Amino acid sequence: MNLLETKNLTAFYGDFQALFGIDITVAAREVIGLVGANGAGKTTLLRSVTGLLSAPKTAITFNNEPIGGARAETLVKKGIAMVPEGRKLFPSLSVEENLKLGATTKREGAWTLQKVFDLFPILEERRQNPATKLSGGQQQMVAIGRALMSNPTLLLCDEISLGLAPIVIADVYRALPAIRAAGTAIIVVEQDISQTLRVADRLYCLREGRVVLEGPAATMNRHAIADAYFGAVH
Amino acid sequence: MISWVDIIVQGILVGGFYALFATGLSLIFGVMRLVNLAHGDFIVLAAFVTLAIVQQTNIHPLLCLIAIIPLMAAFGYLLQRVVLNRTLGKNILPPLLVTFGLSIVIQNALLLTFSADSQKLPMGNLTIQSIEILPGLNIGLYPLGVLILAAAVIGGLQLFLYKTPLGAALRATSDDSTTIRLMGIDNRHIFGLATALSFAVAALAGVLMGGYTNFDPASGPSNLLFGFEAIIIGGLGNLWGTLLGGMILGVAQAIGAEINPGYQVLAGHIAFLAILLAAPRGLFPRMAA
Repeated sequence: MNLLETKNLTAFYGDFQALFGIDITVAAREVIGLVGANGAGKTTLLRSVTGLLSAPKTAITFNNEPIGGARAETLVKKGIAMVPEGRKLFPSLSVEENLKLGATTKREGAWTLQKVFDLFPILEERRQNPATKLSGGQQQMVAIGRALMSNPTLLLCDEISLGLAPIVIADVYRALPAIRAAGTAIIVVEQDISQTLRVADRLYCLREGRVVLEGPAATMNRHAIADAYFGAVH
Repeated sequence: MISWVDIIVQGILVGGFYALFATGLSLIFGVMRLVNLAHGDFIVLAAFVTLAIVQQTNIHPLLCLIAIIPLMAAFGYLLQRVVLNRTLGKNILPPLLVTFGLSIVIQNALLLTFSADSQKLPMGNLTIQSIEILPGLNIGLYPLGVLILAAAVIGGLQLFLYKTPLGAALRATSDDSTTIRLMGIDNRHIFGLATALSFAVAALAGVLMGGYTNFDPASGPSNLLFGFEAIIIGGLGNLWGTLLGGMILGVAQAIGAEINPGYQVLAGHIAFLAILLAAPRGLFPRMAA
């Protein structure tokens, strides 16, 4: 049974259509890679799934329940959490306050403040600091931890490597196996294909609002991905 | 000599009123960047509703606060959810126009109901008692009480905003009202709560003001103006700065009134402009513009 399924999902910004009938599935505990160039619709797809962008009701099902167009705050309670692009930490709040705000829904599950600190020990030292005074990598850890605090069954990560040094990216990505082991499926949106291939079970490649390539990450050919990514003409 | 000390002390005491006018205004602006042009009129509305209760039941105005504060808070929450939330967006004009319209509606509704007569809430002998703090220097017990209350309100709000989970949610909503939804928090509800708080303080301010000075249906806008000036003198987003801003405004007005009674309000505006010239972001700015 699929945890998440989109069927012919469309999305609009005013008159501008950003998604043209997207069909994707995510099974429980699966890690999905979503790649594509700027403007391919990756973030739009995530925003539709989280409810920040409206969608036709039956176009998205989560745990066999149609959730398209539901409000984001309701979907968090059902178990969908997002690490937004650019981290979007609350600058007025400390690290600990940011994390605790993530637990507002009081969903039961494996993640607690202490478990997040175990996953990212540096955050425990910095817990009293204003969140945005941390380094980029540490801020990304806060953003991931904050999403985990709602004990999601589906975690959406939007460009979590953006603007980080390679060594820091490795640090951040090291957390994914533990997150999955706790029972969470993950969608990773990245522009960096090799990073995505390392962590994902399956891959979807988006171009101009459509899925142009999909399959298990293990069998994916880098050239095929590059072609799909840039829309090479054969 | 003592007369100047007296004038300054009286001015400082009046600052308590201005700080109360300003606190509610500052809360709404801080959480949702909404400038409530009808804030002064809601303060006057609270005073008139209290007057009506007092006239009907003969209950002491301060006792009426028990009812009027939750009543105004509930009204504020509803107003935010039903009307003001619909005006919020990228464009700052709709909330300005709608609250400006509300201001006119309230003033005229009050005019129809209560006439244009000046009113005052009967506080009994509370407002005429004073204590002598220095030989020859008496201060009114009532404005002193208001100043202490204003400080208590601001201190309480600070504690609420910085020490409670709901306060953290309000600050987070002020930072980013979209991302707060990803925390499972309905931003529309938080906006409603902020307005409820603002109206609760407005109710307190209205009743306290109504017992101290005369008010009529048209006195709202000047309350709003004094509140704005207190906020801007103190620095945006800093509640203690607002209290100080209120005091500075009060002192300037008291000095102006001493020189010539006609200069009272003018002196306040001049002090405001002078500070704005010297420190465009106020004396103690906290919030980035």
